[in-house]
Amino acid sequence: MTFYGYKRPDGRVGVRNKVLILPASVCASDTARIIAQQVEGAVTFNNQLGCSQVASDQQYTMDVMAGYAANPNVYGTVVVSLGCENCQMDLVVKAIQERTNKPIEQVIIQEVGGTLKAVDIGVRYAKAMVADASLLQKEEFPMSELIIGTECGGSDPTSGLAANVLIGEMSDRIVAEGGTSILSETTEFIGAEHILARRAATPEVHDRIFEIVHRYEKALQLVGEEVREGNPSPGNKAGGITTLEEKSLGCIHKGGHTPVNAVYDYAKQVEAHQGLVIMDTPGNDPSSVAAMVAGGAQVIVFSSGRGTPTGNPLAPVIKITGNRITFAKMEDNIDVDASPIIYGGDLKKLGDDFMKLVSEVASGRQTKAEALGFTEMAIARVCNFV
Amino acid sequence: MLNAMMIDGKDNVAVAIEPITKGETVTYLCDGEEKQLTARADITIYHKLAVRKIAAGEPVVKYGEHIGVAMCDIEVGDHVHVHNVEGHRENLEEKE
Repeated sequence: MTFYGYKRPDGRVGVRNKVLILPASVCASDTARIIAQQVEGAVTFNNQLGCSQVASDQQYTMDVMAGYAANPNVYGTVVVSLGCENCQMDLVVKAIQERTNKPIEQVIIQEVGGTLKAVDIGVRYAKAMVADASLLQKEEFPMSELIIGTECGGSDPTSGLAANVLIGEMSDRIVAEGGTSILSETTEFIGAEHILARRAATPEVHDRIFEIVHRYEKALQLVGEEVREGNPSPGNKAGGITTLEEKSLGCIHKGGHTPVNAVYDYAKQVEAHQGLVIMDTPGNDPSSVAAMVAGGAQVIVFSSGRGTPTGNPLAPVIKITGNRITFAKMEDNIDVDASPIIYGGDLKKLGDDFMKLVSEVASGRQTKAEALGFTEMAIARVCNFV
Repeated sequence: MLNAMMIDGKDNVAVAIEPITKGETVTYLCDGEEKQLTARADITIYHKLAVRKIAAGEPVVKYGEHIGVAMCDIEVGDHVHVHNVEGHRENLEEKE
């Protein structure tokens, strides 16, 4: 199986061809937004962080920023910084260049003389970059070039019965094709971590799976909180999920049946051709999706029992539900109905159709989240601002 | 017609895959064999009902794994949810 994508100078393959206007901090976010609005083909996001953070917290932000610029769906990046933030321009540029050699331009608002001048310069950089990007021709690539991020949000019991089962089938097939599939959401391994650990390819991976789960629980306990306070959510419970363990046992179906070959920390760069891997991310969807996209995922596959709108600025997000009522109610948001799996449908046939859709989306077919223009995202936090 | 789904032969709950009303016959497959019971409550579609008696303090089993502990005695056909089950953190490293 193949798809048509864009070859990048660092050797990776993109499925979209965007110019990223990257705000280095909250103080550059509005300026970045104004620049992106002026240039068709440019994208940005609202970075609420980038300053007043302790080192471990800032590292998450830096990794998401560098990973976004390096994501193969991006042609090149215009970094916009205020000038005095902790995420200094030279640090951000260095972090990006450690991951990729793609085009990069810089605008520092305090140095160029304020917002209007920064917008002027930023728009000109972005226009030139979009023009260069538009000359790139798509080429045919094997599915093994794909890194697929898997996510579930607004889960209900049909997620574990159907939608995540179909995602797991896709994951097994992507792995068989020689690609990479990422299983995420550490909070939703709780109560199921032993099942994942049994599938670890090495003793190190086995120990890391327990480590990331225990680390997450302890981090919340350090501030006197419990992961169960907000998880399962009211919507999960209304749908019929009773406990976090039940939610987790449904969640991990997304990882299919192949060995777990690696465990990555939040937003670190993931290797291609690595089979099934885990990334340590929160159960919160926009910040988990952002971490996988920063890791290099070109496509996100996202299951939802209740129905969620989540998109992403860089990666197409394919929505799938196992709940036939939700599909009927929210067809404008959801791409795939996996409910036939519950009612005697043929998983192999549904898997064939789903792989075809993944290939089509990788080749440019718009997902429903893309058609609606949804780009919301978040970056995980370690603790409060300083 | 099947109106519930038991995921694993070890489970003591099944999932309603159609809306089920109190007194209705619940039909599901257990290891390929069709079984029936009577619902003791209305069961919202995709919610759980007990297929075996679960005594207070015993684990509730779905996907062949523990999803929580019964807070009271649960009868066959009862709705199984947050009113009679609570999450319980187990040491799963020892369980391996």
